[in-house]
Amino acid sequence: MSGSVLFDAPGPRSVVRHRLYTVITSVVLLGALGYAVVRLEQNGQFEYEKWEPFVSPVYIETILVDGVLETVKMAFSAILLAVGFGVLFGIGKLSDHGLVRWPCWAVVEFWRAVPVLLSMIFIGAYLDLSQLSHRYWAVVIALMLYNGAVLAEIFRAGVNAVPHGQVEAAYAVGMRKTQVMLAIQLPQAVKIMLPALISQCVVALKDTALGYAVLAPGLTFVARLIYNNPDFGQNQLPTVFVIAMIYIVLNLILTAIATWVQKKFVGEKKVLEVAMVGEGDPTAAAPK
Amino acid sequence: MDVVWEHREAIALAFAYTVLLFLIAGVGSTILGTLLAGMRVGPIPVLRWAGAGYVTLVRNTPLVIVIIFFRYAAPKIDLKFNFIDVVIPTGAGDIRLNNIFAACTVGLTMYTAAFVCEALRSGINAVPLGQAEAARAVGMPFGGVMRHVVLPQAFRASIPPLANVQIALIKNTTVAGALGVAEAFVRMRGLINIDATARIPIFIAFAAIFVVLVEIISFAAHRLERRVRVA
Amino acid sequence: MRRMKLGMTAVAVLLAGSLVACGEAGEDDDGGGGTGVEGAEPLTVEAESDCDGKFEEGSRMAELAEAGEIAIGNRVDQPGLGQQDTPDSVPEGFDIDMAKLLIADLCIDPESDAVNWTEAVSEQREQFLEDGTVDLVAASYSITDERRELVGQAGPYLLTGQQVLVPIDSEVESIADLEGEEVCAAEGSTSLENIELEGAVGVPAATYGQCAEDVVNGTVPAMSTDGSILRGLAQQYEGEVKVVGPEFSEERIGIGYSPDAPEMCEWINGVITEAYDSGDWEQAFQYHLGTEDEDAPEPPALDECQA
Repeated sequence: MSGSVLFDAPGPRSVVRHRLYTVITSVVLLGALGYAVVRLEQNGQFEYEKWEPFVSPVYIETILVDGVLETVKMAFSAILLAVGFGVLFGIGKLSDHGLVRWPCWAVVEFWRAVPVLLSMIFIGAYLDLSQLSHRYWAVVIALMLYNGAVLAEIFRAGVNAVPHGQVEAAYAVGMRKTQVMLAIQLPQAVKIMLPALISQCVVALKDTALGYAVLAPGLTFVARLIYNNPDFGQNQLPTVFVIAMIYIVLNLILTAIATWVQKKFVGEKKVLEVAMVGEGDPTAAAPK
Repeated sequence: MDVVWEHREAIALAFAYTVLLFLIAGVGSTILGTLLAGMRVGPIPVLRWAGAGYVTLVRNTPLVIVIIFFRYAAPKIDLKFNFIDVVIPTGAGDIRLNNIFAACTVGLTMYTAAFVCEALRSGINAVPLGQAEAARAVGMPFGGVMRHVVLPQAFRASIPPLANVQIALIKNTTVAGALGVAEAFVRMRGLINIDATARIPIFIAFAAIFVVLVEIISFAAHRLERRVRVA
Repeated sequence: MRRMKLGMTAVAVLLAGSLVACGEAGEDDDGGGGTGVEGAEPLTVEAESDCDGKFEEGSRMAELAEAGEIAIGNRVDQPGLGQQDTPDSVPEGFDIDMAKLLIADLCIDPESDAVNWTEAVSEQREQFLEDGTVDLVAASYSITDERRELVGQAGPYLLTGQQVLVPIDSEVESIADLEGEEVCAAEGSTSLENIELEGAVGVPAATYGQCAEDVVNGTVPAMSTDGSILRGLAQQYEGEVKVVGPEFSEERIGIGYSPDAPEMCEWINGVITEAYDSGDWEQAFQYHLGTEDEDAPEPPALDECQA
């Protein structure tokens, strides 16, 4: 439903009123923005010293290589592992056997409900955190468990979204359960899942920022080093601003890819609906 | 398990913070998110742009950074919460709702509101076209169409995605822990440092409480959905 | 524009310098050098060359010397004690110099990659030693009875006292004026415990830099920790904050070691005593923590090692 359905084309009086609102809103927003800029200036947040690292080649390289690249690597390793985890437990949840279905359900529900930060600290307690690479893996594993659990649910919904008739037809021509899954359900489910998968990448990418809790590599790590460096005169704000911008740009790129994939492979169909935590009924096996 | 039992009061206190963060930010984000959704589907272009800009910006920023903004940047532009200073004494120690708690709560609220807005917008899109047209036909202005016809139904359709947003919120409260609120995550990390050998029972205990909290929200959402469902 | 260009070049040179020759930051006069007495020389530490048979067979020292690698838990956010510029650089500070002396005694080059410098925030130091993440902790690590039950602590090699950092226009004169008020300190540190003992309300933060920001922003009325750390921070926020009050606790800073390797205590004490006698201790103190007005203090007496 487009916005225009909710209101009539404005008449002359509405037009005047809307103009008034427009002016008021613009004044308030611009005023707030201007005030913020002035106050930050008075606080010396725009001093060159504080922005020095973001215009000097050595630090830009550090931010790109030790920051952006590491962060993106962390997010993608987590998502790749999460896809494996998700498919495994998603199929497990669809199993006809209660002995398989119930434990898979429990694992998925557990990791969907536990905050990533808690899992990260817990996993970190098992790794030798003196190695930067181990802190990297603490983040990746924690993100894998959470995103994997979410993807398992997405996967299950994707399989269930394959029209029933196809499955029945496949059984009718004598295919086995595994064959139906591999040849009929899985390929279509993956296609339906793709956009949801990419949105999950956005979630994983944002959550890499939680890695600061175990001092993991990536953008937050580089940020700490920059604002802990006295040469830059305590530039927490400029640093956080730059890091935020980098995250936003990365996520917008991912979102653009997701939209493109949605159009290309799925069409303008409705986005896959996924049950909330605690809703996926483990007593319901795969529909046959 | 001993270490968990020994510190049960401190753990309870930590979860009191978690629940308070959740409740305040939950209510706040629902109100703010509804306003944002109204802005985004409304007739005034500037508000539509402002709403869309806000949602895009906030949704793509890690929560840590949003909260850091309210903790460390906001005071520099005179956005301070020093007027908030409530101390609730309990048997296990005081619960202090101070400016730090407030800044974290505001951060959580602002972040979650963007997701509430998007959940509601999907709900608004689910309301059949004819309803809004009929409402307009009987002469309702935009506010009336929204308040009496679209939003009640949109809320109904949005309950599952809204519940997911609130579930994410209660888990996200842990991020406030790293920025000065002594909630569950801080307590768990402290206990693991005291007794690293007991990390499994400590983790299980904290995780289990979160599972229960999440299931409560989920259950409440189910009940609510069933109650307001139109046959 | 011209000024900016000049600035850029200067920065690039400075950075290149500090990245390539890490640890020799004493050369740049732009605040990146020693935090102590102006013009003081940094301590240079050379690795011992012969460790064959130096340590008792089977001792942790022998194992480390044999392996030629060591992991140190240090701070990166405490100017003067432990601070680091980039992920790959060797940290600097008084704690770091003490650690370097120990490392060099094991015939390991303290400037080389054989040393794994690991940031150990207050909250993780015991855990790191217990599970072997690091071999030694040199992270402004206060010696306490509680900690000695969990891990080994040798020293003290530095005595400091906790003071209070407040905004420049604050009327607070000591910790006594802050009863019932929020005071910031690092999570899991003794500073935080001491604050609460004095009747103030502790606010935990991940780093002291965050505490200092909170003080400057007026989010908390004060922060408190070792005077040496506070003076380092006060230098960075010149004109905005001040260090006040008498020292209301005695922090005895020592080296942490694994509870499974009690033999390390005698060795650590030996190396520190040597640094006292050779003047290395004083040189490091003056460079990182010294002030123009006073001479370096007498080095503190070391605790006996428990058998």
